[in-house]
Amino acid sequence: MSLSHHHLNTNILPTLSATIPTPFPLVFSAPIVSFLSFIFYSPLSLPSSPPIFSPFPSSLPTRKKMATAFSPSKFAAQPFPLNTTSQNNPLTIPTTASPFLGSTRKLIRLSSSSNLNIRRRSGTVVAVSDVVKENKSKSTLNLLITKEEGLELYEDMVLGRAFEDMCAQMYYRGKMFGFVHLYNGQEAISTGFIKLLKQQDSVVSTYRDHVHALSKGVSARAVMSELFGKTTGCCRGQGGSMHMFSREHNVLGGFAFIGEGIPVATGAAFTSKYKREVLKEADCDHVTLAFFGDGTCNNGQFFECLNMAALWKLPIVFVVENNLWAIGMSHLRATSDPQIYKKGPAFGMPGVHVNGMDVLKVREVAKEAIGRARRGEGPTLVECETYRFRGHSLADPDELRDPAEKAHYAARDPITALKKYLIENSLASEADLKAIDKKIDEVVEEAVEFADESPVPPRSQLLENVFADPKGFGIGPDGQYRCEDPKFTEGTAQV
Amino acid sequence: MAAIFQGVGAAAALSSLPSNSFDSKNFLFSPRRSFSVRKAPSFVVVRSDGTMNLDLNPKGRRAQQFIANAVTTKEDSSAASSFSKPGNELLLFEALREGLEEEMERDPRVCVMGEDVGHYGGSYKVTKGLAKKFGDLRVLDTPIAENSFTGMGIGAAMTGLRPVVEGMNMGFLLLAFNQISNNCGMLHYTSGGQFTIPIVIRGPGGVGRQLGAEHSQRLESYFQSIPGIQMVACSTPYNAKGLMKAAIRSENPVILFEHVLLYNLKERIPDEDYICNLEEAEMVRPGEHVTILTYSRMRYHVMQAAKTLVNKGYDPEVIDIRSLKPFDLYTIGNSVKKTHRVLIVEECMRTGGIGASLTAAITENFHDYLDAPIICLSSQDVPTPYAGTLEEWTVVQPAQIVAAVEQLCQ
Repeated sequence: MSLSHHHLNTNILPTLSATIPTPFPLVFSAPIVSFLSFIFYSPLSLPSSPPIFSPFPSSLPTRKKMATAFSPSKFAAQPFPLNTTSQNNPLTIPTTASPFLGSTRKLIRLSSSSNLNIRRRSGTVVAVSDVVKENKSKSTLNLLITKEEGLELYEDMVLGRAFEDMCAQMYYRGKMFGFVHLYNGQEAISTGFIKLLKQQDSVVSTYRDHVHALSKGVSARAVMSELFGKTTGCCRGQGGSMHMFSREHNVLGGFAFIGEGIPVATGAAFTSKYKREVLKEADCDHVTLAFFGDGTCNNGQFFECLNMAALWKLPIVFVVENNLWAIGMSHLRATSDPQIYKKGPAFGMPGVHVNGMDVLKVREVAKEAIGRARRGEGPTLVECETYRFRGHSLADPDELRDPAEKAHYAARDPITALKKYLIENSLASEADLKAIDKKIDEVVEEAVEFADESPVPPRSQLLENVFADPKGFGIGPDGQYRCEDPKFTEGTAQV
Repeated sequence: MAAIFQGVGAAAALSSLPSNSFDSKNFLFSPRRSFSVRKAPSFVVVRSDGTMNLDLNPKGRRAQQFIANAVTTKEDSSAASSFSKPGNELLLFEALREGLEEEMERDPRVCVMGEDVGHYGGSYKVTKGLAKKFGDLRVLDTPIAENSFTGMGIGAAMTGLRPVVEGMNMGFLLLAFNQISNNCGMLHYTSGGQFTIPIVIRGPGGVGRQLGAEHSQRLESYFQSIPGIQMVACSTPYNAKGLMKAAIRSENPVILFEHVLLYNLKERIPDEDYICNLEEAEMVRPGEHVTILTYSRMRYHVMQAAKTLVNKGYDPEVIDIRSLKPFDLYTIGNSVKKTHRVLIVEECMRTGGIGASLTAAITENFHDYLDAPIICLSSQDVPTPYAGTLEEWTVVQPAQIVAAVEQLCQ
């Protein structure tokens, strides 16, 4: 991020660095070091970096011992940045026991251990220092995933990539129109998180939602048909690219305006809590994931929902897909404090930063965060550093981003990384993976065929689904409800 | 039974609202699709002159409520009340609470969200005592984040709950416009019908007593274009409770507009369970000469003007349209066909208000039946001033209504 900033906005740099308050002055002035941090860091080098955060040491599970991918020795003054504020003192956020919950929440004890070098964002998972201290030993024997899991992850990511590439093709062939936002490059986040969910868990996304829907289980055919605007689409062709919904798989959208899905996700989490506590469905532990981008993190709805979710300890995980760009607005140009994960503790929830190009790391963080939510310990804010290989949408010429930045992230392609990991650790062979590639190609091809052959919505569909109860169209001059008018079902009635 | 109307200055509109013969109030919907068979209840109309008619709606499809004309202070309600069991007398906000409470008891998925609805009991006491009874999670005190908690209500509605979101003042819901327009109205459609949003959004609006510009807004005009929502406005304790219950039971998102000045209206309402049809208008006073369409607080200004008009020899027909979106064009149409003259009295702004839409709808559908152009009396297009005198002149007053009727009937 600072890399791009450095290259692009040199004339702004001097002004900015003068005005940036601590703790962030050095980000802009030390781009080289950060760049190096990316280079030295090899995505899925084994074993992976230490886990994640665990704000409550007692809840630190019996984790496999894992070493750091790049040990502190490589970067002289590079301890793990913490999800803390800039102060060097241990901060104990006073407990604000909400009388409503009747419980005393223990908030994160922000540790002061080593020097808090928060000026640099490393590519690894942020860990609370307590955890970090424990996991220095290297172990080469413990892998993060089994073969089945590995193949599942690989297949899901390849499906996401192949699907999005096909979307681009179809768009340029005139099969779909409007705004289409592709997810290339960010697959690790969708796969890393959503593959840990159960069917009853909910996912709420943004307009960049095709892959979230696919990961959650919506069939490629349904999504492709929806994109083609056919009646067999998951939303009967009425939603389009930005509105992927599935009742069966609990995909709650698909929202065109940024930020407007976050309250909906908060509501879904509220329902889960309500079901458990009011309706006494004791085993209801449904978790909701809300995905959104860096631009959204400057939006009021984000903050309002962080507050409410933490206040009521809702079972939700806020996943920030920080791909550094909001159309053409660099995250750094838009945000006073670009470290989004730090905003979690401000509201009383853990904030974690993870390398979003590394599906295994994302998965580890996701496990913790989803586990927290399931146990009723409340929300988590996870910031995933990622990148989109294509433009903001298919209509975006993508001229602002530095080619070097793009190349850098292309080198960290999550699919390539996982492939390498699987092969190097003998979890799968080239042939296995090629077979998956081929299978996915067929799935996507078949989806296109299905969509092509599906019918477009008939006129009669125009007025359907506006209201759940179509009496809402009211009573016409003849005394009949308008929805009883035969022209209504034909779609030609004037309502 | 005189309704005690408080808080609208010295000129209290005395409109007695007897308990309606509520055996006709069987508006319990048949399930969504099969509404072709409707009961044609027989009910008694107690007319202003004390005679009673048995009125069977010829179409047999819809029942219309006839509240006996009671602009005169004749205690003709005693006749009506002999047909009904003694109900209980309560104020409008209590009626709302009763409706809400009954629905919460009936269905455990009904919950309330809003600012100060829980421990405080609601800024207008509509939710008083509910938090104690149902718990803090069912009557949720939210932080001051309208957009987000309305969105939260929508998310909860999508996943199975039936929330009632309260805007402390309707004007605050402007902050929730994003969620109301984009999500509340549209998600059922954009999801291809997969998710329903059975949410009720309610709150007090309208011009109060020198509350200032921002607290005196009429949001019905801003929300009326949003596809996918229904809007209703209550005006009496009877229809407040009925509409509240109907809105909660409806699968559609419903916005229920209450009025700050009407919360202390008193009326005797039935004990039995009843709801008011969300799409129907209410006949307040049948007449012959002119149709006056109104809703919410203006109903009382109209009824007060009607007193004067009756004394002058006019016979106005007053309809409380109640359903602001969609309009009940049947009731309205029948009235227009009878009287051929229409006066709309509303509290909305002149530009783009409910009255403007209603004028267009009537002109489109019933143009041939009109003997005179429609007159629409609305509030002035000004931010509501603080000064009492100025505020009085922004809203429609009974004298203007009388003058308009006289003009129409020339």
